[in-house]
Amino acid sequence: MDLSTSYLGLKLKNPLVPSASPLSRTLDGIKRMEDAGAAAIVMYSLFEEQIHHEAAELEHYLSYGTQSFAEALSYFPETGEYNLGPDEYIEHIRKAKEAVDIPIIGSLNGISTGGWIQYAKKIQDAGANALELNVYYIPTDPKLSGAAVEQRYLDVLKAVKSTVTIPVAMKLSPFFSSMAHMAAQLDQAGADGLVMFNRFYQPDLDIEGLEVVPNVTLSTSQAIRLPLRWVAVLYGRVKASLAATSGVHSAQDVVKLLMAGADVTQICSSLLLHGPGRIGEILQELDRWLLEHEYTSVKQMRGSMSQKSVADPSAFERANYMKALNRFK
Amino acid sequence: MKRQMVTIDGNEAAAYVAHKLNEVIAIYPITPSSNMGEWADEWSSQGRKNLWGTVPSVTEMQSEGGAAGAVHGALQTGALSTTFTASQGLLLMIPNMFKIAGELTSTVFHVSARALAHNALSIFGDHSDVMSTRAAGWGMLASNSVQEVMDFALISQAATLEARVPFIHFFDGFRTSHEVQKIEQLTDEDLRALISDDLVQAHRLRGLTPDNPVMRGTAQNPDVYFQGRESCNPYYDACPDIVQKAMDAFAKVVGRSYKLFDYVGSPTAERVIIIMGSGAEAAQEALEYLNAKGANLGLLKVHLFRPFSVKHFLGALPATVKSIAVLDRTKEPGALGEPLYMDVLSALSEGLMEGTAPVKTMPRVIGGRYGLSSKEFTPAMVKAVFDELGKPKPKNHFTIGIIDDVTNSSLTYDANFSTEPDDVFRGMFYGLGADGTVGANKNSIKIIGEDTDFYAQGYFVYDSKKSGSTTTSHLRFGPRPIRSTYLITTAKFIACHQWFFLEKFDVLKAALPGSTFLLNSMYGPDEVWQHLPRHIQEQLISKKIKFYVIDAYKVGTATGMGGRVNTIMQTCFFAISGVLPKDVAIESIKKSIKKTYGKKGDQIVQQNYQAVDATIANLHEVKVPATASSTITMPPVVPNTAPEFIKSVTAQIIAGFGDDLPVSKMPVDGTFPTGTTQWEKRNIALEIPVWDPVTCIQCNKCAMVCPHAAIRTKVYDAALLPKAPATFKGVDYKGPEYKGMKYTVQVAPEDCTGCELCVDVCPAKNKSEVRLKAINMAAQPPIRETEHANFNFFLGLPEADRTTVKVDSVKGAQFLQPLFEFSGACSGCGETPYVKLVSQLFGDRTIVANATGCSSIYGGNLPTTPWSKNKDGRGPAWSNSLFEDNAEFGLGMRLTVDKHQVMAQELLQGLAAQVGDDLAKGILEAKQTDEAGIKAQRDRVAVLKQKLAGITTPEAKSLTTLADTLVKRSIWIIGGDGWAYDIGFGGLDHVLASGKNVNILVLDTEVYSNTGGQMSKSTPRSAVAKFAAGGKPLAKKDLGRIAMTYGGVYVAQVAMGQNDLQTIRAFLEADAYDGPAIIIAYSHCIAHGIDMGRGMVNQKAAVESGHWPLYRFNPLTLAEGKNPLKLDSKPPKMRFDEYAYMETRYKMLTKSNPEEAKRLMAIADEDAKARWKWFEEAAREWETGAKTGSN
Repeated sequence: MDLSTSYLGLKLKNPLVPSASPLSRTLDGIKRMEDAGAAAIVMYSLFEEQIHHEAAELEHYLSYGTQSFAEALSYFPETGEYNLGPDEYIEHIRKAKEAVDIPIIGSLNGISTGGWIQYAKKIQDAGANALELNVYYIPTDPKLSGAAVEQRYLDVLKAVKSTVTIPVAMKLSPFFSSMAHMAAQLDQAGADGLVMFNRFYQPDLDIEGLEVVPNVTLSTSQAIRLPLRWVAVLYGRVKASLAATSGVHSAQDVVKLLMAGADVTQICSSLLLHGPGRIGEILQELDRWLLEHEYTSVKQMRGSMSQKSVADPSAFERANYMKALNRFK
Repeated sequence: MKRQMVTIDGNEAAAYVAHKLNEVIAIYPITPSSNMGEWADEWSSQGRKNLWGTVPSVTEMQSEGGAAGAVHGALQTGALSTTFTASQGLLLMIPNMFKIAGELTSTVFHVSARALAHNALSIFGDHSDVMSTRAAGWGMLASNSVQEVMDFALISQAATLEARVPFIHFFDGFRTSHEVQKIEQLTDEDLRALISDDLVQAHRLRGLTPDNPVMRGTAQNPDVYFQGRESCNPYYDACPDIVQKAMDAFAKVVGRSYKLFDYVGSPTAERVIIIMGSGAEAAQEALEYLNAKGANLGLLKVHLFRPFSVKHFLGALPATVKSIAVLDRTKEPGALGEPLYMDVLSALSEGLMEGTAPVKTMPRVIGGRYGLSSKEFTPAMVKAVFDELGKPKPKNHFTIGIIDDVTNSSLTYDANFSTEPDDVFRGMFYGLGADGTVGANKNSIKIIGEDTDFYAQGYFVYDSKKSGSTTTSHLRFGPRPIRSTYLITTAKFIACHQWFFLEKFDVLKAALPGSTFLLNSMYGPDEVWQHLPRHIQEQLISKKIKFYVIDAYKVGTATGMGGRVNTIMQTCFFAISGVLPKDVAIESIKKSIKKTYGKKGDQIVQQNYQAVDATIANLHEVKVPATASSTITMPPVVPNTAPEFIKSVTAQIIAGFGDDLPVSKMPVDGTFPTGTTQWEKRNIALEIPVWDPVTCIQCNKCAMVCPHAAIRTKVYDAALLPKAPATFKGVDYKGPEYKGMKYTVQVAPEDCTGCELCVDVCPAKNKSEVRLKAINMAAQPPIRETEHANFNFFLGLPEADRTTVKVDSVKGAQFLQPLFEFSGACSGCGETPYVKLVSQLFGDRTIVANATGCSSIYGGNLPTTPWSKNKDGRGPAWSNSLFEDNAEFGLGMRLTVDKHQVMAQELLQGLAAQVGDDLAKGILEAKQTDEAGIKAQRDRVAVLKQKLAGITTPEAKSLTTLADTLVKRSIWIIGGDGWAYDIGFGGLDHVLASGKNVNILVLDTEVYSNTGGQMSKSTPRSAVAKFAAGGKPLAKKDLGRIAMTYGGVYVAQVAMGQNDLQTIRAFLEADAYDGPAIIIAYSHCIAHGIDMGRGMVNQKAAVESGHWPLYRFNPLTLAEGKNPLKLDSKPPKMRFDEYAYMETRYKMLTKSNPEEAKRLMAIADEDAKARWKWFEEAAREWETGAKTGSN
């Protein structure tokens, strides 16, 4: 069975790519994902805040209280170079590249066009095959227009594209007024791929401690509906590769997203739940499913149920809403 | 090879050569020498090699005595070995120094000479310490400047190897050890040229070896000991010539020429000053100035003090000399004169007797003392001494630099006399420790030193507070080496980095006419004038000062620099001072930023670059009006209501006029009043807590954790409330015990340091807006005055009745008056809440023995002390003996109290009939187990004293002076882990074993905090500390477990941030236990690299990770057949690393050496697990009837 696909111009042996997750924090985790059959790995994200704050924090605490009191002009020994978060990350990518044969996709997470963008180049120099740009942005300022938010995405993308030569994928939020238009703009601005979608952590309230608590929940297969629609809509309308992420737990999920038009599916929650070995199981299931349904390759089914390819394109649109409601009557 | 010019301080210069020329280095931190050991340790940990291509081993010892012992052992086995020390540290080395000299062993100890503790300790420089070692038989070589420190470090090493006489190479603490100078750095070739490998190998071969066994260190009898003692004479006789030979060899190689006694000035001088140390530099500056104006004066700078060479000394004196002043930087009470004076007299007498003197008649020789504890020694004082020598009857045994109005020893001098040349730039910078001023100035000196041909000098003055401390930087740049070893008093440039200094200090006092003043001002060039105090306006006008302002906070905020305005102010300095062309300066600043911050990440570098770039546009010259208009004046230092001593002495010191206080104002035996911090309103908090009574649940936790006793609670009669100021808040007390009474949480607005610990621990949240708690931070200035009035009203409210307060609760204990308030400790200090608790629970009957360290500094450094007293005049009596003997010191106090109690009881029994049998019986049988019992006894003793007043027998008189000891007294022995785990452990162990009723409080910060974060045996594995730059490889010593092995010692481990109630119970039980008790208290610390306002969260994590189990081991329960060990904390909830990585001391290793961090952390995690397991096992309940030792 030919499971191969192509994503961001990279030839991949199958459409299963672990998305940015803690599993890629260790070389062991990366190797285990490769061994389980991952076609490529998106590394955990290097955050803009980390680049800014880690250095600032270290500087703050190492210098806090110094040069103030005659007996204790400092509180820590001077050591040589500090290997700060960003440097560790770059080094980790370099080691990951040495350790595995599959493509490594770096991941940068930030929202401004500031100094952190230079790390895109460093990620490239460390050997990453591609870069995933994650603009994880919750616009909460009532004065900020939708257009300004869109422009921010475009600016970040352009800034990064101008510093690297490796392909750049843009990981998106689903919260745009005109998702398709946004995708088209990014496509025109040079995005080599669109990754749909970011799962935003939704805060929860602790009503005993009276605190807002981050509440990380893992996805279920239910979650593929959102990327499914937009992959299906965008398939054939943009040059960029399409990656679907959120809710990929089974071979059936993979099949659906491929049929909708995804080049690859990104998987995370399932691996966190079951371990990297789950990749192998899904690939086996996928292989079996394709065989049973007499497909010869993944390419064959890709986009076969995109909006363009289905009998009723409105099924992905408002009209479909009426249909769905009618079912409950 | 061209020698590099470097801009470094004296300590680095000494350490540079010492590290190159030694193989084994044993160290122990003590100010001001600590940096030498730290440099050596850092260089070795970075793999820097010595002259012979090997990395010297550096070992931290448990005390200076230990360091000397280790060096002695290293030397005896043939290593080149050294140590660095000062003051009491050097005294602890003396026993070994006699041995090392007696064995004719080559070594150099580098000493940053410092004052000794007499009735007061001082960290500053003089020769008291080195002079105390004279009898040990060491060569003593004095360096007068930073360049000489580097040169003489080499010369002394060369000399000791040949002479076999060990050397103390000393230089003045702070003045030279911490003065930054541009000097020429010696090369390896220079070192090689001076150090003979043959002599090094000869030294090595004298080392003990089983391949050629000998013994050294025998015991001798009257028959031969004396002769043996004399056998070393030839070595001492030869030593001076060997030193001169080394100096000559040095001159040949390096070019700088030195003599044992360097004479400068007129060859026909009649008046000569003899001096050694940094004062010689100021003296030379004065001499050259005066001779240039036609005087005929001479100066003899002593380098080799021991062995004292009469030949060289006499050879250096001009034959014309008629009068000599010998200046000693030390004091020997009762001596005929100070050491150098005595030696000069002896040498001259011998020379005259032998006919070897250059003079035919004895010159008039006078001795004088100067510069004790880094007291300023200026050309003006030198001139006064020369003037004195010109008098027909010059004053002998004089002092210079102070006003001695008691024995009238002091010479007067004209403070306005200045020898500062015009072509030397002089700048003064007033800053806060926290704003980075000193760091920026150190960089400026480096820039000017390294990028220009100018010579540069920097000296930095710090106040004695650990929070909100002010710094003054003194910078000189000039075309010649700078000999001005004194503070700047006439400046061409003055910068004030904090607005509020304008009302605190006369910052323009030193401004020269036509000078430049740079002010960090929130007011722009057009509006600043009206906000300036009058004295500033007047001086700006009268001195025609060029005046510039910048809003550095605005630039700082805009560029992400926050309150660290250092880079911004530094840029302004270069932009307007004209020391360097502006563009060159900015390029240099950026280069130095890259060098300083580069290793901490490019982000910091970029941020600083942005600050530099944004600065110039925000720097404005202010047009100075022709007349002063301000009505703002400097407020009085202390209110007029303060006691006389506070007004006439303490306030002068606070205001910076301590130098002007005459001898008569000083207590003769070092006895000072307590309760004085209340007069020093420091106003250092930008924000202070404000109480919201509606949200408050009245738990008193805020008061419990406040390190400065600046937030307090009271319950009081409702009838008192109407008299309160309008904004004073009081609400109904919640709870049955004080039903109907009012309750208030009050902040001392001018004493609070703004640390936010109270807000952080406050458990109550506002029901409508959860970000608010029952106390919330608010800007201090708008509420300063109203809260000041409120706090005063609060203080006037009656204190809680100690006999009814439920002291064994957080709430109850915090109604007790703190008798430790407003200390100079770090904002958010983790130690002081425990100290304060002692003062609340037992303060009115406690004597404190305080080990040297943070607690002795924030507790006892002038001008004020936080230890205070209650309305009855009772409170903790406090003393500090030394660092190493605190447990013994406290035990001695207990022995006195016990003895006096017994004596009082004996006398009372004898006087029972006269004072009344019932009263006597009542006193003798009193149970003072609680506050009520103590109060009753105090009342009985008061009656007793009344009765005794009417009895005239000697016994009655004696009992009157002893009667107060019949009231229960507590001895609290307080110190840090450096004392308890290391230097004082031997004594502590003995006191634990004594069975005596003392309470030991170990404020465990797991590091030497006061000297800047050196590793102690309490430092946990994997934490980074000085002397453990690569992470401490070994586990923390478990002091509690050691103490428990005695069985009869009460032992508790506490962490207030995790369990405040357990802390209180431990303190109460320790005090109640009639035997030795030790409490080991986890104290978060600035040296941990944490957010100090959240220190209690770190405490909690330390416990919950299993690192710091809470327990109490009470021998009393042993008597009941129960396990005396009670574990008070629950099994670990988090991994050790989850706690550890909250703190920079652990985290930084993951950044500097990730692999090692991982390895050490894994073992440290096992440490925590094993520790917990041990305690869990040991604290298991015993089966009924089980006895210790049975089964």
